[in-house]
Amino acid sequence: MANDQRMTLFSMTESAMSAQLVRMNAAASNLANAGSVSTREADTYRPLRTMFVSELDRASGISTVRSEGLLRENSAPTKRYDPFHPLADETGHVFEAPVDETAEMVEIMESARQYQNLVQALTTAKQLMLETLKSN
Amino acid sequence: MNAQIFGIHGAALELRSQRMGVLASNIANAATPGYKARDIDFRAALEARLGGKSADASTRANMVFKVPAMPSMDGNTVELGREQIAFTENAVAYSATLSFVQGRVSTITRALKGE
Repeated sequence: MANDQRMTLFSMTESAMSAQLVRMNAAASNLANAGSVSTREADTYRPLRTMFVSELDRASGISTVRSEGLLRENSAPTKRYDPFHPLADETGHVFEAPVDETAEMVEIMESARQYQNLVQALTTAKQLMLETLKSN
Repeated sequence: MNAQIFGIHGAALELRSQRMGVLASNIANAATPGYKARDIDFRAALEARLGGKSADASTRANMVFKVPAMPSMDGNTVELGREQIAFTENAVAYSATLSFVQGRVSTITRALKGE
């Protein structure tokens, strides 16, 4: 969106929807990497998190959401004793990605709910705008 | 001229449209940490608008923060249910105001045509 333009409901919803999309993709990546193991603790997959920042447009009073990049969660991987695992280190341990599948599913559901809310709000607003345009 | 034809309804329609933007912002920011839900004090804004201020100025002067029933830990004060109800209420009021405006327009059109 061009910064010199006045923010409309459409550009606001567009930006918020793409932020939700980033969030949903991050949660899906985390789910996909659940249960992945590695030999060294440093190489283990860490869950991705989006950081939402709200952005106020002073001219119109509308504030939108932007996702300010992705962050790696700073949680410790699970150390598991599995000496026959091909990736086990010299002490027979592997490191498992610290992904909480239930929490990721909840994250996706919440994101989907908010996406739906945005669509619903935009549909209502669009309908009212069209009605106003069509008046006689 | 505009104010004479549409009276209070023209001003109300402008403000309803602005309020729709503010409420949609709340819905969009439902998951933003630290975001404070806002609303427009409609009665005060309408009075300011009828008092001759511009639509932008009267909404900006009457912007209020909502008080949450239960604040969340990340500092966000949006309560989605309340926002949805406020949005719906505002949309219905917009429709009502719009039909008043349309009524004025058709009255004047009829007078001009001399039917």
